[in-house]
Amino acid sequence: MEFFHEPKIDWMGKKWYFIALSLALAVTGLASMVIKKGLAYGIDFRGGTVVTVKFSKSPSLDAIRSELDRQNLHGATIQGIGVPADHEVIIGLDLRTTTSSEALDEGKRAIVTSLSGLYGQGAAGKLDFNNASPPTLADHLLAADPLGLSSKGLDAATKTYQDLAEALVNFRNSPPRSGLISDFADLSSVQGVNAGVIATLRNDFGLSSYAVKNTEIVGPKVGKDLRRQALYVTLAGLGAMLIYIWFRFELVYGIAAVIATFHDVIITLGFFSLLNKEISLTVIAALLTLVGYSMNDTIVVFDRIRENTRLNKRQGFVDLVNQSINQTLSRTILTSGLTFLAVLSLFLFGGEVIHGFSFALVVGVIIGTYSSIFIASPIVVYFQQRMGGGAAAVASRSYQREAAPVRR
Amino acid sequence: METKIKGRAIFISVVLLVCILGIIGLPKNVQELRDNVRNRIRLGLDLKGGTHLVLQVQVEDAVNITADQVHERLGDELKVKNVPYADIQKADDTTAQPPKHRILLKGIPQENAAQLQTLASEQFSDWDLTRVPGDPTGWMLALKPSAAAGIRNQAMLQAMNTIRNRVDQLGVTEPTIAEYGQGDFELVVQLPGVDDPSRVKDIIQSTALLELKLVQDGPYSGREAALAAHGGVLPPDTKLLPGPTGQTGETWYVVNSVAAVTGRDLSGAEPSHDSSGRPSVSFTLTRDGAARFGRVTGANVGKQLAIVLDNRVFDAPVIQSQITDRGEITGGFTPQKVQDLALVLRSGALPASIVYLSEQTVGPSLGADSIRHGAMACLVGFVAVMAFMLIYYRESGINADLAMILNLIILMAGIGYFGAVLTLPGIAGVILMVGMGVDSNVLIFERIREELRLGKAVGAAVANGFEHAFVTIIDTHVTTIASAVILFAFGTGPIRGFAVTLTIGLLANLFTSVFVSRVIFDYVLSRREKGAELSI
Repeated sequence: MEFFHEPKIDWMGKKWYFIALSLALAVTGLASMVIKKGLAYGIDFRGGTVVTVKFSKSPSLDAIRSELDRQNLHGATIQGIGVPADHEVIIGLDLRTTTSSEALDEGKRAIVTSLSGLYGQGAAGKLDFNNASPPTLADHLLAADPLGLSSKGLDAATKTYQDLAEALVNFRNSPPRSGLISDFADLSSVQGVNAGVIATLRNDFGLSSYAVKNTEIVGPKVGKDLRRQALYVTLAGLGAMLIYIWFRFELVYGIAAVIATFHDVIITLGFFSLLNKEISLTVIAALLTLVGYSMNDTIVVFDRIRENTRLNKRQGFVDLVNQSINQTLSRTILTSGLTFLAVLSLFLFGGEVIHGFSFALVVGVIIGTYSSIFIASPIVVYFQQRMGGGAAAVASRSYQREAAPVRR
Repeated sequence: METKIKGRAIFISVVLLVCILGIIGLPKNVQELRDNVRNRIRLGLDLKGGTHLVLQVQVEDAVNITADQVHERLGDELKVKNVPYADIQKADDTTAQPPKHRILLKGIPQENAAQLQTLASEQFSDWDLTRVPGDPTGWMLALKPSAAAGIRNQAMLQAMNTIRNRVDQLGVTEPTIAEYGQGDFELVVQLPGVDDPSRVKDIIQSTALLELKLVQDGPYSGREAALAAHGGVLPPDTKLLPGPTGQTGETWYVVNSVAAVTGRDLSGAEPSHDSSGRPSVSFTLTRDGAARFGRVTGANVGKQLAIVLDNRVFDAPVIQSQITDRGEITGGFTPQKVQDLALVLRSGALPASIVYLSEQTVGPSLGADSIRHGAMACLVGFVAVMAFMLIYYRESGINADLAMILNLIILMAGIGYFGAVLTLPGIAGVILMVGMGVDSNVLIFERIREELRLGKAVGAAVANGFEHAFVTIIDTHVTTIASAVILFAFGTGPIRGFAVTLTIGLLANLFTSVFVSRVIFDYVLSRREKGAELSI
């Protein structure tokens, strides 16, 4: 089975279509960024508080918001995430401008207070089983000793109750419960649980209808440091790429590759802006991976151009470039296609947490492949035409420096 | 030809065995299998659940304390050396970044100048002594920047040790305490399995400065009352400290500045119960501490001894008789607080205060969700790629798929052996590597197809395919690993996990796609009749 059987398409002739498409995408993206006043930074760049909460029933977002307003926390972002049946909500608070050391988790405490007020168990003085950790459970079980283990000695009893507490929490956290149980009787299927254990739990703990799954609080200093770090990393990546391609080919090729990659980044960020997706540190990591990955395809085409230039001194440069692209098309589409298959699976099945990362990869692989073939080459041709055959001469010059010919 | 293939096949089998052993160990049953895997493959916080804290040690506190101590000592030292002075003032330059500590001396007669200089170079060698321009009796002591930097670094190290001590005592499994960021005295503390960090944060942050000081006077109902009783000025060498707030409101005590015993003299602190059965902390002193304590209590029976924690009087019991080596702190504690206080006293005082910069808590249910999603995505991606290779390259696709499976096994084993931490981006790295790794096989197979099209014999086509594709494979791997290295250098936690899994995966891929695939091809070819077609 073969997709491309010796294609002979005139790519350079159609180059204005590709450039037009790229410009359209880039301009749309940039316009979106300008209109929305920059990019939607994730919490790690912006600073602030984000709490992910799971509810047993669909929560009233308005009730939560008014409760927060009552505590003087205005402007909270509250939105559902994931599948509606999961009843998961993200509550976000912007960075407060207070600088006292208490302020860091003030927002989180307020959110938890609001939630326990609205969705707590109502039984004052009892701890919440749905938000308790194994050590707390183990302490209470040890104190009540429903399994009658005091005869076996303190150490043995402690270990047994610790294991039991772990088992109870694991049961609670695994699907379909995912962190919430609504009745203590549900726990009877856990190994080691008897009626006495359930009675102790019912006595000491209540059951709220919410469970905090994740908290992220980022202070202003860390946010600022991360923004700076992200910038350095991106510049370092692009810089390294320029030097590497300059070293392997010539400056012209290096510049073409950098422009193509820059184009990829702008368009990918444009998509993020258009679809209101957050840019977090992992998204920057994905972009950097793409920079490295996109280089591969670019090098493949450039290498073939160089080889063909050496073999066919009489053929026009534009024809050479077309030929090179045609020869490497099969390989490039295949490998990109396979990588795309992998990251698509990540995007569809990878879950919310890694969503930004996988989205960046999905868009990036498509755009990156497209730019390596259809944007980098026209730029090289353009420079060649400007410099009057200079690039072709340059290409064959740099080629003679290479040790051995390599056909890809 | 046969022996070469056999030898290589054995080598590959050995590698496979070592890797499988590396992942699952030698389990005797299913439970042990699961435990072994869990122990060998370390999970990051985003998969296991836990707390990640970034905090900053306010090292300037330590410098301030040192400067204050010098400021206090200076007067005494000058008196001892019979050097008259009119005034000693703090003259810090707080606009400088970091602040410069300076002490201004006024009214030093000319004939004592030499004495002053000797004193400075002997007793205060960390300070530079200069004359004040325009004032013949004025001198300025400035803390040397190198000395200040030394104090800051020392405070940072001490804080790190104290925090590590406290976290260890809390029984957190495999915590991480390390320096963070670029030189702003920041620490990162990772606490796996801790999903309610408030208690841990309080324990880490507690300064825990314990001092036992004799009470001169008290309790008073407020600062003004205390000052008024002494005619507006406190007696020399005393301080005014707040005490517990009771039903009657605040209490304030006038205590000696110098402590009879401090936290450094503690040899142990344990939770216990006082004579009325209430929870208390009982502490024991070192020999020197006990000697000093004995002297002070022996000479002051009937007076009150203030137990001061973080510059707050906790309690001020009356000294009944000489106490030497042990004591008790009571004060309306809950059993939990008593545990925490004993823990914190045992670990020693923090030399500087702590400010939290960021906090992230991943609940265990979220971690479990992430693992499930990651594994699902991995499985689907893997199956999709494998299926494609089978369809597009027919029987040679089996070759690529086998290499892929081996690649994954080596990757997991590599993660286990190197002690790398698997994070959610790390799992994404595995998936990405599946897509990029199979690229190597595509390169080789496309080349082989090209050679076959040109009419070469099957054996020569395969050999040429591998040979010509090799340089490109190295090239593509190097460029991607290079960006992974940059990510590792600049990234933190989860991103590092991604960089590491991607790198290990690609390195393993070099082995499987070039060496292992070749061996499989050789084996397949050796089994065919000459002239038969290669299914590719």
